[in-house]
Amino acid sequence: MTRAPQPGDEFLMRDPSSHPPAHAPGYKTSVLRSPRNALISLQQSLSEVTGPVIGIDELGPLDHDLIMNYARSGLPVGERIIVHGHVRDQFGRPVKNALIEVWQANASGRYRHKNDQYIGALDPNFGGCGRMLTDENGCYAYRTIKPGPYPWRNRINDWRPSHIHVAISGDGWAQRLVTQMYFEGDPLIATCPILRAIPDESQIRGLIALQDTSAFVQFDSRAYRFDIVLRGQRATLFENHVQGEAK
Amino acid sequence: MSNLLRETASQTAGPYVHIGLAPHAAGFDIFDNKVGPVLVTPETKGERIRIEGIVADGSGTPVRDVLIEIWQANAAGKYNHPGDRQPGKAIDPSFRGWGRAASDFDTGAYAFETIKPGSVMGRDGRPMAPHINFWLVARGINIGLHTRMYFGDEAPANAKDPVINLIEWQVRRQTLIAPREQRGDVAVYRFDIRLQGEGETVFFDI
Repeated sequence: MTRAPQPGDEFLMRDPSSHPPAHAPGYKTSVLRSPRNALISLQQSLSEVTGPVIGIDELGPLDHDLIMNYARSGLPVGERIIVHGHVRDQFGRPVKNALIEVWQANASGRYRHKNDQYIGALDPNFGGCGRMLTDENGCYAYRTIKPGPYPWRNRINDWRPSHIHVAISGDGWAQRLVTQMYFEGDPLIATCPILRAIPDESQIRGLIALQDTSAFVQFDSRAYRFDIVLRGQRATLFENHVQGEAK
Repeated sequence: MSNLLRETASQTAGPYVHIGLAPHAAGFDIFDNKVGPVLVTPETKGERIRIEGIVADGSGTPVRDVLIEIWQANAAGKYNHPGDRQPGKAIDPSFRGWGRAASDFDTGAYAFETIKPGSVMGRDGRPMAPHINFWLVARGINIGLHTRMYFGDEAPANAKDPVINLIEWQVRRQTLIAPREQRGDVAVYRFDIRLQGEGETVFFDI
C-alpha cells in the first residue's frame, strides 16, 4: 500500500466465498428469504463509502458491561466472561471508532424478547445487549455472561451452539457487517446449519472465539478473544474523474 | 493478493436482532438508543417525508421480523461523514442521516420519518438522483441485503441516474422507485421490498 486510506476511499470488493450464500437449504428460513436474481454490482459512490459516525458521548458508561447494565436486584446468573479483540481491515489496519453492538441469550439460552417462548428462564438481572466503540488501535472489550445453547425450529432437534450476535459499523456503509461469535470447544458447532452454511472451514474457524487465559481476571472472569476483519479500504491510485468533483 | 486478510464471515442477525439494534421493539428499554425510525428533529432542514412499506418473502408473506437501516444525504445532498468533500454543500448538524426500523411483529409494516435528500454527485461526475440507501437483516438472511429507494416524483433525474441505468432490465428498475402520495400535510412514499420471486427487488453488491 502506498498511503493510509482517507475517509471516502473505496472498499475492496466483497469476496462471496468468504460468506454463506443467501440460499442455504440446510437453514430452512433462508429458502424463501433469499433473492433469486444476481446482485447488481456497482462502483462505489459517496453513498457507499460514507457511513454513520458515532460519538463516544452517545454511549453510557455501562453500555459495554452486560453483567451490570440490566442488573436490578443482584447479579445475573451464569459464567462471567470478558470478550475482547480488535477490528482490522483486510490490509491489517485498525478500524478506529467502529461501533460494535452485541446481543445474546442469557445463561439459560433465553432471550429477553417478546417473541422468544423458550422454556428456559428469563434472568431478571440480565438484558443481553451492549455496545462500544473501538479505540485508537481498533481494540474493544466487553463483559458479559456466557450465553447458553437453545433449541430452534429448523430440523426437529436442532440446537444453536452458544453464540453472541455482533453488528459492526466501520468507516463506510459498504463495511457494515453482522456476524455471530461462537465458543471454542462447543460440541454443537459441528452440526449447526447456520454456521455450516459458510462454505469455507477457515472462515468458520474465524468465528470461533478462543479462550484467552492471558486476559482472565483473577477470582472473577474468564476471557475469550474474538478478532474481526472488515473490508479493506484502499487509496485509488489513478482515476480520470475524482469522486465528488463537479464537471 | 494472498496477503490480504479475509473479511470475517457474515451470519444471520436472527429473529432477536431487535435486542441489539432496537431494544424498544424487543420489549424492553436498556439504554437510550438514538438510532430509530425518526431521523428528524424540529431543527432539521428539508421537506418532511414518511416512508412506509412491507418486506415480503418469496411466498408474498410479510417478513415480520426484519430490521431495516437507512443511510441518506441531507436536504442539500451532503452526507454527514468526512469522506463527503462535495464543494458548496454544508452538513446539517441536526441530521445524521442514519435510521433504523423494525417491522411490526403482527403486520410486517415498517415506517421512517425523515427528510427528502438532495442529489449527490456520482462517481463519474454525473449527479445521482435523490435516493436513500437501505440495508436489511433478518432471520433467514445470511448476509445483509443492500438496495436503494428512489423517489417517484423525480422521474427526469431517475431517468439519468447512473445506478438505475446499470440495471439492464427496465422492468426491474421500477422495484426501486417509491410512488408519492399526499396524505393531509404529509408526503408519503410507499416502498415495498420483495426478497424473492415476482417483482423481486433489485439488490446491490456494493
